[in-house]
Amino acid sequence: MSAPFYVSPEQLMKDRADFARKGIGRGRSLVAVQYADGVLFVTENPSQALHKVSEIYDRIAFAAVGRYNEFENLRIAGVRLADMRGYAYDRRDVTGRGLANAYAQTLGTIFSSGGEKPYEVELFVAEVGDRPAQDQIYRLTYEGRVGDEHGYAVMGGDAETVEAHLKEHYTEGATLEQALQVAVAALGHTQTEDRVIATEDLEVAVLDRTRTQPRKFARILPVRLEALLGERGATSTGPGGASDGPDGPATPPSGPSGPAGPGDDAPIAPPT
Amino acid sequence: MSDPRLPAAFTASGSSFHDFLAAHQPDLLPSTRSLGPAGSTSAGDLAPHGTTIVAATFPGGVVIAGDRRATMGNVIAQRDIEKVFPADEYSAVGIAGTAGIAVEMVRLFQVELEHYEKIEGSTLSLDGKANRLATLIRGNLGMAMQGLAVVPLFAGFDLDAGQGRIFSYDVTGGRYEETAFFSVGSGSLFAKGSLKKLYREDLSEEEAVTVTIQALYDAADDDSATGGPDLTRRIFPVVRVITAEGGRRLADDDVAAVADRVIGGRMTRPDGPGAPLLGGTTTGGER
Repeated sequence: MSAPFYVSPEQLMKDRADFARKGIGRGRSLVAVQYADGVLFVTENPSQALHKVSEIYDRIAFAAVGRYNEFENLRIAGVRLADMRGYAYDRRDVTGRGLANAYAQTLGTIFSSGGEKPYEVELFVAEVGDRPAQDQIYRLTYEGRVGDEHGYAVMGGDAETVEAHLKEHYTEGATLEQALQVAVAALGHTQTEDRVIATEDLEVAVLDRTRTQPRKFARILPVRLEALLGERGATSTGPGGASDGPDGPATPPSGPSGPAGPGDDAPIAPPT
Repeated sequence: MSDPRLPAAFTASGSSFHDFLAAHQPDLLPSTRSLGPAGSTSAGDLAPHGTTIVAATFPGGVVIAGDRRATMGNVIAQRDIEKVFPADEYSAVGIAGTAGIAVEMVRLFQVELEHYEKIEGSTLSLDGKANRLATLIRGNLGMAMQGLAVVPLFAGFDLDAGQGRIFSYDVTGGRYEETAFFSVGSGSLFAKGSLKKLYREDLSEEEAVTVTIQALYDAADDDSATGGPDLTRRIFPVVRVITAEGGRRLADDDVAAVADRVIGGRMTRPDGPGAPLLGGTTTGGER
């Protein structure tokens, strides 16, 4: 017989945030980098079919880390929202900002509604303009916060290490080749070693404003990737190997809210 | 307080944009509009009509072309209307019938194909695309009964079969695959007669373009609703060529050059090139 505990709202939100953050921290990192012709996305993803980076609309792309079924839901919702807007108004009236707002509302509502499990996802919504100054990268967090990113942005897994490496090596207005090499090196960088990620394990896509078609999104397939990356030495797998298990950092990244509460070790069912 | 998140329809399963709109915002669909009780008058005279579309295959691709005239009764409503549109990278659709509804239907069809591609991460087969178009036309049957019919011609390159293919439709959404060439619209009778005499199975891309321009010329020659080449304003048919490399619209200058040669020939023989009385050495459209 147990009496109902009083849980303060602060504690409740913190628990939910810790839960979401842990889920996100388990996956591999994803990098978005602005280069001269647009925005480049790179992540380590052994699957050729289940994408983490996808096209939403002419100039808008979507990238996500975390639970696949949850961000896939959000991706489909985004495609529908964009296609409906473009159909009801005009293709030019579909904006990344509008989409980011819709995602923020959705994630925020789910996070603060008591009856639902918060989404364990983090998203980038990026849009290319006619000039580099008009390019946008929005970061959306599990609790529905929106942030505006400039230059480069990292989410998922070992985001802090990757970000530190990018901060050191990122240059503005780089070519695709340069930006890609920096991004891939950053993903392979860990505290202890710099590993070379096999091209088949990389998912790379761009929003390229120089494409002649209205649809600016393009995936960069392994054949082109090899050429762009050049000679890199022997490949090696990550510290967690190629297994499906947790391959992130040994300790989940702790946010500003400090160490997690009592529910810290609660098991989370793996996505099926 | 209303829930600010995206409604459930946005995450429901399915990869059809048409079905999503039907569930979430049916007023955006052309098929959900009603004209009120069917009266004695037809609504067909209220809006401009597009006229003739022709298509012809050649080894390695397909050509689809349309004249530029829209009519409203005996009035020429527009001289430079475009009636041939890309549906996606490997297909195109030409429209005959009530222009407003047809253009809306093409827009919906374009989004439908792109939507599927983005949701599923793969493109529909050419037959799949042709069937989706049939569904959209079927939804318009009520309007067609009141005089606002839309009859498209669909052409595309089948990447699996490695050849260009043509599909025609009736107002009930019946889908028919055509061999070699086809035409729809008010001038189609004359265009088909012309295609029959000029078509060969071994046409090059440029010859196939010429054949479609000849057919449109013959249609305009005998059908008042089909526009011929407008030499004073330099308005020529819209021509799209689809091959394994994808679809493209021929530049106006290129079409003008072909049209000028066709007209040049007609200066000496106004009825166009003559076919041999007893052919048989070259293969025709029959397969």
